[in-house]
This record gives sequence, C-alpha cells and structure tokens, in this order.
Amino acid sequence: MTFERGNIAVADVRLGEQTELCNGVLLVDKKRLAEFLLSRDDNITSCLISLARPGDSTRILCVKDVVQPGCKVWGQGPGEGRRHVLENVAIVTCGKIVGYQEGIIDMSGTGALYSPFSRTFNVVLDIAVVSGLTPHQHEETIRNAGLVAADFLGETTRALRPDTIQTFSAQEDQPVSSHLPRVVYIYMLLSQGLLHDTYIFGRNAREGLPRTIEPLMLLDGAITSGNCVSACDKNTTWHHQNNPVLRELFRRHGRDLDFGGVVLTTEPVSLAVKESSAQKTIILVRELQAKGVILSKEGFGNPDADQMLLTRGLEQIGIKVVAITDEFAGADGFSQSLADSAMEADGVVSVGNANERVLLPPMEELLGPIRDLSRLAGAWPHSLHKDGSLEVELQAIIGATNELGMQRLSCREV
Amino acid sequence: MSKQIELAGIAVVHACSIVPISRTVGANRIVATIAIPHPFGDPTKSPEEEKKLRKELVQKTLKALATPIDQQRVF
Amino acid sequence: MASQYRVVYSLNQFFAGLGGEDKAYQPPQLLEGPRGPGLLLEKLFPHMEVAATLVVGDNYLAEKTETALQEILALLSPSLTAEGADKIHFLLAGPAFNAGRYGIACGAICQAVQERFSIPALTAMYPRNPAVAVYRKDVLIARAGKDVMAMKEAVQRMALLAIKQFNGEELFPDRHNYIPHGRRKNYFAEKTGATRACDMLLLKLGGQAFNTEYLMPVFDRVQPAPPIHDMARARLALVTSGGIVPRGNPDRIEAASASRFGIYSLKGLLRFSSETHQTAHGGYDPTFANADPNRILPLDAVRELESEGAFASLHDFYYATVGNGTSVANAEEYGREIAKLLLADGVQAVILTST
Repeated sequence: MTFERGNIAVADVRLGEQTELCNGVLLVDKKRLAEFLLSRDDNITSCLISLARPGDSTRILCVKDVVQPGCKVWGQGPGEGRRHVLENVAIVTCGKIVGYQEGIIDMSGTGALYSPFSRTFNVVLDIAVVSGLTPHQHEETIRNAGLVAADFLGETTRALRPDTIQTFSAQEDQPVSSHLPRVVYIYMLLSQGLLHDTYIFGRNAREGLPRTIEPLMLLDGAITSGNCVSACDKNTTWHHQNNPVLRELFRRHGRDLDFGGVVLTTEPVSLAVKESSAQKTIILVRELQAKGVILSKEGFGNPDADQMLLTRGLEQIGIKVVAITDEFAGADGFSQSLADSAMEADGVVSVGNANERVLLPPMEELLGPIRDLSRLAGAWPHSLHKDGSLEVELQAIIGATNELGMQRLSCREV
Repeated sequence: MSKQIELAGIAVVHACSIVPISRTVGANRIVATIAIPHPFGDPTKSPEEEKKLRKELVQKTLKALATPIDQQRVF
Repeated sequence: MASQYRVVYSLNQFFAGLGGEDKAYQPPQLLEGPRGPGLLLEKLFPHMEVAATLVVGDNYLAEKTETALQEILALLSPSLTAEGADKIHFLLAGPAFNAGRYGIACGAICQAVQERFSIPALTAMYPRNPAVAVYRKDVLIARAGKDVMAMKEAVQRMALLAIKQFNGEELFPDRHNYIPHGRRKNYFAEKTGATRACDMLLLKLGGQAFNTEYLMPVFDRVQPAPPIHDMARARLALVTSGGIVPRGNPDRIEAASASRFGIYSLKGLLRFSSETHQTAHGGYDPTFANADPNRILPLDAVRELESEGAFASLHDFYYATVGNGTSVANAEEYGREIAKLLLADGVQAVILTST
C-alpha cells in the first residue's frame, strides 16, 4: 500500500469572483463559500469570512480549530492513493463555545514567533449559530463547518500538478535491515468528553482505544480535533494532518530506525481507567516488538499522569521512551513543571513553559467573535494595556507549546 | 543524618543555630538554638542562668518531639 | 592605566587574613584595596581592580544576619553609589567552597547588595554547600570545588561570570560554570520538538549519552516521623554533629570532612566536663565548647529532665561526628548506621544537635 501527498504552496490568497487557484494565487469567493456552509447546516445563521496573511497587523481571537485544505485525488480507502494539500493555507474557525476560549493567532509581531499559523495564509470563518444550541451542538457545527470549508477550498487543487509529491509506503512493503532499532509511536489523544474530544474517521475516539492504526491513514487525515480548550497544547486538526513525529519517523525509516507502527491511546478521566489503558497500550507496543517509543501528548495536568504511567511501564520492561511534553512552571519559571513525575522518565523533550508571558503588540485588525479586547479580561491569565497591547501567557497562543513537537520552542534551566 | 534516622521511624528533633541549613538538608522538627560556638549555652550569663536556659531549650526539643507535624516546622 | 572593572570584594575574617575562629564575631569592616583572593583576582585579571575589601566574621553574620546586613549596606553605600571614575562595577564574595556559614554569609551579602544597589553581586560555592539551596534562586553562584585547593579556578569563574552578567550576556549553566537558579526559561532550539525527540531516542537506544530537556524533580524530603505520644515513657538518644568527643579524641575524628562517627558511653555520666570531654570540630571557636561541652550536647539538662520524669530513659551511648564540610553522602551513611543501633535498643526519639 502506498500513499502520495501532493503539496501545493500558494503565493497569496485573495478574495475573488470565484474560488480557484490560478498562477499560484488562491482566489476565494467568500459569498459562495458562506452560502455553501449555510446550506449544509441549519444551525448556522451567518458566516463571516476574512483573510489573514503572514505579516498582517491582524489578531485572530477565539480560535477553535485549524484545518488544512486538500482533496483526495484518487484511491479507494483511507491511506491509499493520492491527496493534494494546500501546504501553506489554513481554514481557521472561531467560536465562542466555552467561556471566552481565547486561542490567539497573531499574524505579525512577537506572537507570530510562536504559532505555526502565523506563517500560513488563513481563511478565517467567524460562524454564528442559532440560539438554544448546547455547547456540544455548537462545537459540532463549527467543527464540521471547518472540515467542509477545507474540502471546498481543497477542490481547487484536484486538477493541478503538485509542486512536490511525497510517497509513503506501508512498513510491511519496506523491510529494513534488522540491526536498526524498532521504534513505535504512541499517539495520545485527548478524548474525555465535555468538549475535550478527538475523532477518528469522524467517530469519537473515546471508544475503542487503545488500538493500532495504519500510519498511512493518519497521513490521509484520519484524525480530526473537537477540542475546545488549552490553545497552546491542543492538537488542532491541522496538527493531526501534519503530525511531525509521524513525518520524522517515516523520514528516518530504513536509515536510522525501523518505524514499527502507531498505537493510538486515550487520556481517560479516572485513575483506574488510566492504569488499565496504559496496560493495554504497553501490551500493543510489546506486540509490535518495539525497542523504543516516542510518546506525544495533548493537554496538561491529568494527561501528565498518563504519560508517566506509560513511561514507567515501558521502561520497566526495557523499552526506551522519549516523552514530549510542555511545562507549566509558573510565570516566573520557579514552580514544578508537571503534575506528575516518574523516575524512569529520563528522556523528556520540553516544548516550552506555557506559563511564560509574552507582550503582544496592538494590532490594527481583530478577527473572531470578540471585537472588543477588553471583554477578554479575566478569562485567562493576561492583561490588556492602555495602548492595546496584550500581555498573555503562551498558553493563550494556538500551537505555541504543541506536544507533537511541531515547534522549535524549548525550555531550559537557567 | 536526621533524615536517615527519621526514615527508620524514629522521631528526630534537629537543634541548631543556622536554621536555613537545617531546612535545606531536610530536617522536619527544627529548634533554633543560641549561637554557633555554644548552641546550648551563653557564656555571658552566670552558670545558673546558663543552665536554666539550656534546660528550657531541651524542654523545647522534647515538646517538638511530641508535636504532630505534616511538614517541616521550626519550633 | 585606569582599570576596566572596579570591584568590591567581600571576605570572611579568615580569608581576609584577620584571624580564625577567634575573629568569627568580627563586625563588618571596609578595608582599602585587595586582600587574599582579591590579590589573586588582580593577578589573574589585570584589567580588574579591587577598590575595597569588605570583611565580616562568619558568626557575626550568621547569628545577627539582619543587623549585619544593614551595617554592611550602610558601609558599602558610599562606594557602591559612586559615579564616574569611582564607579564600582560589581561585588564578588567568597569563594565559600563547602563552608556552610561562609556560604550563608556570601549569599546573604550578594542578595542584599544586588537588591539595594542594582549591581551584579556574585559568589562561588561547592554545589553541595547548604547555602546553595538557600540563595541560588536569587544569586548567581559560580561552581567551585570543595576546598581552598580550587581557589584559582573559582576566582576565575566568578570574575568571568561577573563580566558577562555586567554586559547583560545570556548565560548557560554548563558553559559558564554556574549553579543554575532553578528557573525554567523558554528559548528557541535549532530543531523542532519532534526531531529532537527522535534524536534523543536514537541516542538512548544506542546507549549513548543524551540530555533530557526536563529533569524529573527529586523530592529530597522525608515524611515526618509520628510524634511521641507519651514522652514520659519514651527512650531518648543524643546525637551531635558538634564534635563532642572524650578528651584526647580517641577515634581521631577529623576536624573537617569527617570520615567517621564515634560511639561513646553515657553510662553513669551526669554531665560532660572539660576534664572528660572536648570538641573535635574545626569549624567554630572551641573555647566555649571545651570549657563546658554541655553547651554543644546538653547532657546535664537532659539528665535532670530524665530524673524529673520528663522522659523514661536515656540510651546508654551518644553518637558524635563533625559536621564541617562533611559530604551529604557520608552524613547519610552515618545516619543510617546510627539508626540501626538506636532501633536495636528500642529508642523512639532523638535530639540531634549541631553548631
């Protein structure tokens, strides 16, 4: 089985009379796109569409999810055939679902150093819904709108020749020298209900985990995000579509290591379930004959316990682990970083202290459901200064401390 | 030393003049004493007064040993 | 030629050459020009000039910390607020090596000086000096060896760090030989987290050295033992790190960095006296302890309380070592061995005295 990813980068995104990709410029017919979204879901009352380009003086607020547009060009099932993707374009959905959830994306200034979506051309959907929806219905409406919009824009690439084509083969088709260490990836998904959910092929991941999954399916967009909190370390759909650990393991397969597969696992809500889930995960990893494991995470607090349970259990049976985590070491950096610890966790990659503060300069344009920054006050640790600049903890910035290891940010002791 | 004795389940009171060091090395029951060269004495006082002072300090250590604590405490 | 950096150097009575334990209560005093390690500094760094040397006795500072610091700040104020050619660029203190009291003094002075005068104030210590844990958060402490043998290296490290701090350069604990403050700080690495994770795993799998990016916290704490419910029925034992030994020091316990502890009988002994006992401790003035060893280990008061029924009985032996630059690992070993002996005799409570 092989999967091809055809990457297409754009030079600009503009509003246009019709939606098409022409001479490297993506034109978006926003009237038609809004009508399309409204026609698909009765819960949507209006959809405001704006563009945000890298370098713009623009701040996007209450970001819910980010999705990479693309389309399946050919191929039977998931993980097979070819998918074209718009490499540097993102659909950004905004929604005021839980409190003020200020996931922030700044398109320039200090904040732009921290989010991967400060470097993408963003098509921002600010969606209003009918009154009386439960938070779950609200979330579902916005989640689906983002996915539909991504398909809508992705269609523009169907007939194009990609700039680059990457070919990925299933491991069984690519035997490697037996002296390379077999590495398995444990992909922890936040799926706790209460708007902390992740979806596999559109179905809630709460059921049926842990399980193994064909890595090619993950490259083909098997996982989508329904998470509503913790902007800095939630894995958006875009992160799942572009999982950097997966890419890295494919890249090094046959060269430095033998990529032995992926185990999806949960971050359950009770200790008893955490323990049994960790046990089952470890059995799956052992069946894959892993020598080493990369362990990624989503969220903070109780998921730290899952990461430590897995690390301890694996190390105790001789499987080496490197765990990726962010830290919550307080604004001054002196607090203890994690909610749990294990002596065995001697290989940790830190993707940054999410409590560290940054000063975001004032922006000319604010996108998203909140047009008045002062209304954000009190929602998350931050403060709005008189000149319109905003002091926030990194945790407010989408993807700042991504625990799949998307960013270069790290943390050290000084 | 106090930590290892405590690990054996024996109650320990650490009587010392430099409390921060005692805190750092992890003693749990700490009694602050008079001065480095004479923690349980004061040569400026008469022998009777000095003895009285010493006895009071020892009583304080016994009291610390009889006091339930759940974290480090300076008596 | 005018020197590039003007320094105030802070020392204890010993390193300033005033005297030993007899001068441990020396109040703060400001001397012109360099003393001891300050002379070495000027020799190693010709572009540095020690304008003045602050001297404070170890005990004076350790016991009257607040007063002493106020006096020190007042004493330093004229020189540390001077401008122009008289401007002082930073204060150096120590190195304190593994000396606990001196370490506390260096840490306290640096903290107070940098707070009041906003100039770099730094010191150097052995990483396991107890003062490190107290001051490393606020004070820049160069990594130093255990004792005076490491003087040159420590002075060098301190001076190089001072220059970097003065110039506002970014510091790395390993590269610049200082004891980390324990603060987590973000930075941008060269590679993404995912790439770093794969790199680290491959090193780990290959049995090669790798650096974790977050060291798991070590909780060096022991759950407090339960209290003695009925002291009148408890068996008590005495332990000291104050070096009280039978006269002549039969076990020859070292005055510093003790490599052993002694077990000495208390049978029939109502009090220590200058005829029977002495101190072997080299870290404090022994006059008071030798005149009356009960001032370190209060046997006389303990016996009196025993006869009054304040506790049931006293264990027949006491245990003594010298807690002067003694390594934590050694002290822990002594503690474990002593605990075994105490348990065997049914001891429930211990008074541990230190100087």
